[in-house]
Amino acid sequence: MNFAFTDEQREFRDLARRFLQDTLPLDRVAAIADSAEGWDPSSWTDLADMGWLGATVAEDLGGTGLGYIEQAILLEELGRALYAGPYLSTILALPALGPDQQASVAVGEARWSIEVDGLVPDLDRVDCVVTADGATTAEGEMLASIDPTRPVGRLQVGGHTPLPGTTDRAVVLSGLASEALGVACRALEIGVEYVKERKQFGKAIGTYQGISHPLADTFSDIELAHSLVYAAAWTLSAEPAGALRAASIAKAFATEVAVAATERAIQVHGGIGFTWEHPLHRFYKRALWLQAFAGYPSELRGIVRDALLPQTGPHQAKGA
Amino acid sequence: MDLNDSPEEAAFRAEVRTWLEDNAPADLRELSSPAALRDLPDAGPAKEWSAKLANAGYAGLTWPAEHGGRGAPLTFQGIYLEETAAAQAPSHLGVIGLGMIGPTIIEHGTDKQKQHLAKILRAEEVWCQGFSEPGAGSDLAGIRTHAEHRGNVFIVNGQKVWSSFAHISDYCMLLVRTGTSSDRHRGLTMLLVDLRSSGVDIRPIREMTGDAVFDEVFYTNVEVPAENVLGEVGAGWSVAMTTLGHERATLGFSLVGALEAQLQRVIEFARKRGVADPILLDRLAREAIEVEALKLTNRRMLAALSNGGTPGPEGSAIKLRWSLSNQRLTGLALELTGAAAVAPDEEWRYQLLRSRANTIEAGTSEVLRNVVAERVLGLPRSR
Repeated sequence: MNFAFTDEQREFRDLARRFLQDTLPLDRVAAIADSAEGWDPSSWTDLADMGWLGATVAEDLGGTGLGYIEQAILLEELGRALYAGPYLSTILALPALGPDQQASVAVGEARWSIEVDGLVPDLDRVDCVVTADGATTAEGEMLASIDPTRPVGRLQVGGHTPLPGTTDRAVVLSGLASEALGVACRALEIGVEYVKERKQFGKAIGTYQGISHPLADTFSDIELAHSLVYAAAWTLSAEPAGALRAASIAKAFATEVAVAATERAIQVHGGIGFTWEHPLHRFYKRALWLQAFAGYPSELRGIVRDALLPQTGPHQAKGA
Repeated sequence: MDLNDSPEEAAFRAEVRTWLEDNAPADLRELSSPAALRDLPDAGPAKEWSAKLANAGYAGLTWPAEHGGRGAPLTFQGIYLEETAAAQAPSHLGVIGLGMIGPTIIEHGTDKQKQHLAKILRAEEVWCQGFSEPGAGSDLAGIRTHAEHRGNVFIVNGQKVWSSFAHISDYCMLLVRTGTSSDRHRGLTMLLVDLRSSGVDIRPIREMTGDAVFDEVFYTNVEVPAENVLGEVGAGWSVAMTTLGHERATLGFSLVGALEAQLQRVIEFARKRGVADPILLDRLAREAIEVEALKLTNRRMLAALSNGGTPGPEGSAIKLRWSLSNQRLTGLALELTGAAAVAPDEEWRYQLLRSRANTIEAGTSEVLRNVVAERVLGLPRSR
């Protein structure tokens, strides 16, 4: 029993965080999001060079050969940086892909996404999409995503080519949960930084408990979310039988935490938090996107609710 | 990262589980409820059970072997607490002595004071703590109970409140003022007080549950031998912080273990009643997830401690969330019975009312949020 990162994992996280702090400061996040393209395609080469695109791809295929814990670390850090690019989409497609396709992902030559409930994240930024019927080219209609840094579309009806595997729902939910954790952490940091500086009635507003206590609640939210997120990531390879449950509750919990964290951060900012100019709305929109995609928390908690009920009982017959 | 037990941990868990199955008879289970202790004429059966735990090596698991402990790693204490909660087995009568006072004596005590340790392990001595006062709750540095050094004794005068189990205790670890009140935390001293001393008056406080498990203790010209000072005169604050630090180290496991047992009882109750309302079931599911998150967070804290860290203010989050979850769960248990909850099941009536103290005792939720805001997030002090 040792629920902690190894030294290597801690170094890996610190390196990722430093890289993203240097390359994606908040003003650049906003500039990229408001640009015509909406993301910076040149960043894809950086991700390939860092070995992040092939983080979970085997080393003999040109990947980094890391595990789901490292994958979760990267997704948390990219969520924290509000990276706009089809990284999550591509990573979630990997379990369905064959060796050659994985190899081309690892070197940055192919971008993928997945179809979940008829919705395809980053449809206009990827080459191909994994569907229940196999692979198809990424063509279809774009929707007005709640999060402009994470576009979403619907596929047009087209031909499919068979794939060696399928996407794994537990991997999908775990990935979304990891990103949500990063969003929550960053929203808390931005909020804390502001309330230390902003003065009203002659004091930094963080002195007032009406301001500091909601931020303390975000901290305890994040502590619990972190535990569920990394337990889910651990479960993906260590206890596959429990992976869907662990990932479902991690996604349900962490996305609620991300939404609450961004909402509290906006509130403690007062009026400036409601402006387009301030970056917080972008984190809020990512949190809302993550909360909805692949199922709202209330739906995901079904896996826990169902286990609460006895296997057979009079009320089940009633329901049928 | 490994969430599974190591082979040694798994073996210890199996050992504890088997021992509890063989040794925790059903009629002893009620001893784990504080309600039961109120009416104990003497704490005899609970003391016998505690001695049995000590003889089996489960008291003072993490205490060094030279002081009668097992010298086991913290994970073993965590496993022990999880297993006793799962078995709904009664805890050792001296939870305060084992978890807080013993470790403080080990750290600060003289050889003579350390003679208490073996008796604490076997519950031959029950200890309580005397920290809070009517005028010093969250603001502990404001205590006024006074001790005057006269020759080789201290003369204690004052009043303590919320001393759990003082009425069945033999000794009290008492925080007193030996300096002036303007010294604040620098003028405090820790005394080990024999509660049979003349001038000690213990009065139970009747709580909203109807029980009286907490006490007020009045000290009138009580003579305490100077050799009973724990640590240095004037160093009471740092001794008290040692005690509270030990409380924090494994408190999370006791609390969350009890919460998990509570959750299981509510789930069984819901099943027995055939509850199918999706709204109630979703609220129950939320608590199940909260409990799981708390259990995992405990394991993370434990890993941080075992890897060489000290119990930090981050632990406040566990106590805060535990208390709120227990309040929601007990409220939910009553709601599962619908309008019949106007005359609720006695156990749930008790649990619901008792849970109101959870957000007040061992650090109010507001103090805990201050601790997180100031010591973790680095926000300016609010006072």
